[in-house]
Amino acid sequence: MKKLVIYLMADPETPELARAAVDGGADMIEFGFPFSDPLADGPVVRRAGERALSRGMRTRQCLDVLRQTHELVPDTPLVPMTYSSLLEAYGWERFADDVQTAGGASMIIVDLPSDERPETRRVHLVAPTSTDERIALAGASTDGWLYLVTVTGTTGARGEVSSALPGLVERARRLVSVPLYAGFGISTPEHARSVAALADGIVVGSRALEVAEEGPDALRTYVASLRLALDTEAAVTG
Amino acid sequence: MTTTTAFGTYGGRYVPETLIPALDELDQGWRDALADDTFHAELHALLTNYAGRPTPLTLSTRFAPGKRIYLKREDLLHTGAHKLNNALGQIVLAQRLGKRRIVAETGAGQHGVATATVCAKFGLECVVYMGEEDIRRQKPNVERMGLLGAEVRPVDFGTKTLKEATSEAIRDWITNVETTHYLIGSCVGPAPYPEIVAELQSVIGREAREQHLAAEGRLPEVVIAAVGGGSNAIGMFHGFLDDAAVRLVGVEAAGAASLGSGRTGVLHGARSSVLADEDGQITDAHSISAGLDYPGVGPEHAFLRDEGRATYVGATDEEALRAFRDLARTEGIIPALEPAHALARARELDAELILVCLSGRGDKDLAEALSGLEKLA
Repeated sequence: MKKLVIYLMADPETPELARAAVDGGADMIEFGFPFSDPLADGPVVRRAGERALSRGMRTRQCLDVLRQTHELVPDTPLVPMTYSSLLEAYGWERFADDVQTAGGASMIIVDLPSDERPETRRVHLVAPTSTDERIALAGASTDGWLYLVTVTGTTGARGEVSSALPGLVERARRLVSVPLYAGFGISTPEHARSVAALADGIVVGSRALEVAEEGPDALRTYVASLRLALDTEAAVTG
Repeated sequence: MTTTTAFGTYGGRYVPETLIPALDELDQGWRDALADDTFHAELHALLTNYAGRPTPLTLSTRFAPGKRIYLKREDLLHTGAHKLNNALGQIVLAQRLGKRRIVAETGAGQHGVATATVCAKFGLECVVYMGEEDIRRQKPNVERMGLLGAEVRPVDFGTKTLKEATSEAIRDWITNVETTHYLIGSCVGPAPYPEIVAELQSVIGREAREQHLAAEGRLPEVVIAAVGGGSNAIGMFHGFLDDAAVRLVGVEAAGAASLGSGRTGVLHGARSSVLADEDGQITDAHSISAGLDYPGVGPEHAFLRDEGRATYVGATDEEALRAFRDLARTEGIIPALEPAHALARARELDAELILVCLSGRGDKDLAEALSGLEKLA
């Protein structure tokens, strides 16, 4: 079965939204710890981060919400996604320890490429621009699965699925043995279906954040539409 | 542990994976260029025949009676500031890398103008990101960039200043990395940018050292320069790093003292000293000078501070404004507000023989400075 990963920004409402996403069929929640200067993010995630920060969502508060979310959906892996500056300030090891204590499953540090701080255990990202050598390095050191950035660009919904994805998946299949989840630019059930034909899972961020604005019911319905698309794809390809 | 770099534990490449191959390519292209005489010859010819190097060294005696303050006149460089040294070097490098599109960030607009200038000269597409607040207070430079054929893209979120303009330029680069060179304007950003910019600006320090020796028969007691991102200062300091007796002083805006009151953090691809809260969130800088209004600083400055080789002090908006006015009245030179910070501290130093980097001219600042001076009176 193809995995469905939904991105939510840490906020007081996140536990409830995470439960709605899981009810809709999400297998994993990516859990954004907001940063003031998110270089890899497009306008939707950036604005969600600005809002979370304006509501006081600093590292400790994010960890608290992570714990509350874990209590509500204990069987769903929660993967914090953030930027190096937060870890630098909090302490790299302490951050990893406290994430684990709060119920987090690994983490993603968007601005920390595979060859920086190899001792920090995390899910690595590769992009269409990555060389074979870097894909192999990321695949060998990643924590459980590999995040394929489908586009050369920042996060955010796009009209079409990136034409760079098939080539990236083909190379990653040849070079690494872990599951491949694709993200960036995926927003509709049609996208989900076409990406799932290639990768082992999909990550949906910006569009999920927009739908989450409308509340848990809207999010559950949206996630269920993605779930259905993935399961249909799985039925087709066997 | 933190990866060790040329600047101790500062620097590094804290950027999304998408950019790493481009940084590798840039690094290789830069090493190849440094080892290639034709690169140096082409750059030297441009600096001489197009930019107007060497710039003069002017002795000022009326600005600070009792002192001999030498001004390194980067204000007389084509486009009016030291930024052109870096823009010319990087545009030659971009040509070698086969990039046809250039993106840049700008605060005061001087780097934007320098970038628009070199793009016009070399026939390259040019996009400059600039915060809306800076567009307001540096209008003449916005008009110059337009005339030079560059597209100025306003950045209307966050601080609406250099920090956000830099983030947007990097996002553009992430999206268009295969065709685009990011022509960064200061000694900040992921490796190898801080090293590239420092090397391209070190012509300031090399010339100034020679000129000072020729004028005085000895080295200055103190070399002093304004520090925002820190490129004119690092260019000046590089001429004197091995002269242990020469004190190196960087002057930050008091409200943007990344080195004086910052903490170790990660901003725009590098680990350095930044203005941040205890959670690592970058905090706002405040300065009347758009070029210093930045919460980060080049990693090499953080390294020089920790090593004790350079010291960093602050100057307030008010002190800079007074120095701005006083240099105009005593020497007939209108400095930019950025080097006015260095001038403010220079005249109070417990030294007689002082070399100041006059990094740019003040035409762009007239409206802002005159209204600021009115409030002082």
